[in-house]
Amino acid sequence: MSSTGIADKGRTRRVPPIVWALPPVVVLAPAFLYPLALVVRQSFSPDEGGTSLSPYGEVFASQSFRDALSTTVWLAVGSTAGCLVLGFALALVIAFVPFPGGKAVARFIDVFLSFPSFLITLALLFMYGTVGMANGLWTDVTGADSGPFHFLTTPWGVLLAEITFFTPFVMRPLLAAFSGLDTAQLEVASSLGARPARIVRQVILPEALPALAAGGSLVLVMSLNEFGIVLFTGAKDVTTLPMLVYGKAILESDYPAACVVAVVNIAISVGLYSLYRMVSRRVGA
Amino acid sequence: MTGPGMTSPGATPGGIRFDQVSVAYDGNTVLDRLDLTVEPGEVMALLGPSGSGKTTALRAVAGFVRPSSGRVFLGGRDVTDLPPHRRGIGMVVQQYALFPHMRVADNVAFGLKARKAPKSGIPQLVADALELVGMASYAGRYPRELSGGQQQRVAIARALATRPGVLLLDEPLSALDAQLRSGMLTELARLHRELPDVSILYVTHDQVEALTLADRIAVMDRARLQDCGTPQELYRSPRTEFTASFVGNANLLPVTVADGHVDFAGHQLTVSTGDVAAGVSATLCVRPHLVGLGAGPNALTGTVAEVQWRGSTHRLYVDVEGHRVKADLRELRETPAIGAPATLHFATEDAVLLPVGAADE
Repeated sequence: MSSTGIADKGRTRRVPPIVWALPPVVVLAPAFLYPLALVVRQSFSPDEGGTSLSPYGEVFASQSFRDALSTTVWLAVGSTAGCLVLGFALALVIAFVPFPGGKAVARFIDVFLSFPSFLITLALLFMYGTVGMANGLWTDVTGADSGPFHFLTTPWGVLLAEITFFTPFVMRPLLAAFSGLDTAQLEVASSLGARPARIVRQVILPEALPALAAGGSLVLVMSLNEFGIVLFTGAKDVTTLPMLVYGKAILESDYPAACVVAVVNIAISVGLYSLYRMVSRRVGA
Repeated sequence: MTGPGMTSPGATPGGIRFDQVSVAYDGNTVLDRLDLTVEPGEVMALLGPSGSGKTTALRAVAGFVRPSSGRVFLGGRDVTDLPPHRRGIGMVVQQYALFPHMRVADNVAFGLKARKAPKSGIPQLVADALELVGMASYAGRYPRELSGGQQQRVAIARALATRPGVLLLDEPLSALDAQLRSGMLTELARLHRELPDVSILYVTHDQVEALTLADRIAVMDRARLQDCGTPQELYRSPRTEFTASFVGNANLLPVTVADGHVDFAGHQLTVSTGDVAAGVSATLCVRPHLVGLGAGPNALTGTVAEVQWRGSTHRLYVDVEGHRVKADLRELRETPAIGAPATLHFATEDAVLLPVGAADE
């Protein structure tokens, strides 16, 4: 018997696949799809009434949007690059350099993935915030009025927090890929005269590329939409697209502009998510 | 690629020497004071069951395990403290370990590039290596596009492309089916003839591979070298019970030495007792294929316990006074029934007397 049909006097009546899609759509529609549609509609509804592209024109023409877009993109690209480099190096060590507690560290990576993003920002604030431990130690030792660590409220602080939080998202697929790598390949490469750097470059890296691409795509999408980290660092001069949505909607009550920025953010995210899924399928994840 | 002295930059001249090499993990000795020399151009098979220490010995030569004591020499040079990439060896492993993202030619060129061979000469060296294993027409393919046997040939070509003086083969045929294995054995024998200067250390648990290919066989068991000799020596005159059993699956009969003969379960058997004194317990080793059915010298009477047809031969298991004796016989026209009485015999010169417990020394 077909899984999507019933036997009736020797004939199988197929239930159209669309029928099976209805229940989730019915659940999602009021909770997500309708509000999303409202956001899109609002982005085409200027305050003076009617439907037009004028909100898009105004937002695209504003300096604050262009600044937020460029800040969002460079932060996302920067944190993705940082996560790829750091994640690859750390995953290499965990996977191929035996050390006591290595398995525990690998398991901790899984736990880390479940942490909320603001938690790592809070931890960094405790360490490097204006009244954090590092500055406190400095003032205690030198007697100065304030410490030298103020980078956390700059874009570099946001970048550091994002790299710290998102790196495990690169490491997880990498560790999975490394566990499937035949270690005999590394040994044979070594016996053929290859030094460790060449083995990493020519044997491990090509095998890890799909996992790197999958992890990198995921981090890129997530960092584009990251709100909590930017908010908790208290970096007033760092405005990303999600922060701009927050500012326009909550602080300025400019809903059409907020919705335009949100639609742009969604378009970028969906585009990158499609890329991520494509890469993931190639990896087999 | 043939001819003496043809080694690439960084390659090691032939010859391997283990000098009292021991390897231990967490206090557990997996290789115990191995003393063994592989001469330049010689094929030495390390033969033994799983856990006997044979692969550990090979990995000690490759540099993947560090001896807890003893030294390893390659071509007369102490390499114990050298990392694997500086040992100048070639290595082939059971699962081929080809680099899947590289074409066949790139796989074979890998070692040449790693050892900084002149760029202009690499294509020719790759072509020579692939020609040697009959894979020249597959240079542009990826490993996934090759069969198991073809992948193994490429792995051998990759190991030989750098023209090493020492080639390490770790169970290279165990992933192949019986027919391919037989073909590859012939290929390896041919390769050895064409590369007479290369010392080969061949790890296997398959006695047929060892007997077919090796100039000498080192029999390993429980982390120790039990016996070493030419295949003929080990087969015809094993020095230990383990060798007699593992190589050729010999009958091992507990006997008591008397004047000019031995006593076995009430049977008086005429064999050469050599220097063994009368009254001493010993083990009599007789190969199954040297045992005949019917009356004859050194007859053993018992009952048939099992009959196995093996194509060209029958194997009979006959219980003689509580001891099971194996006999490999040319295909019988009439097989004896299980439980029927049977008489086996063997010639005096086909039996070897072993001291009891020789394997544990």
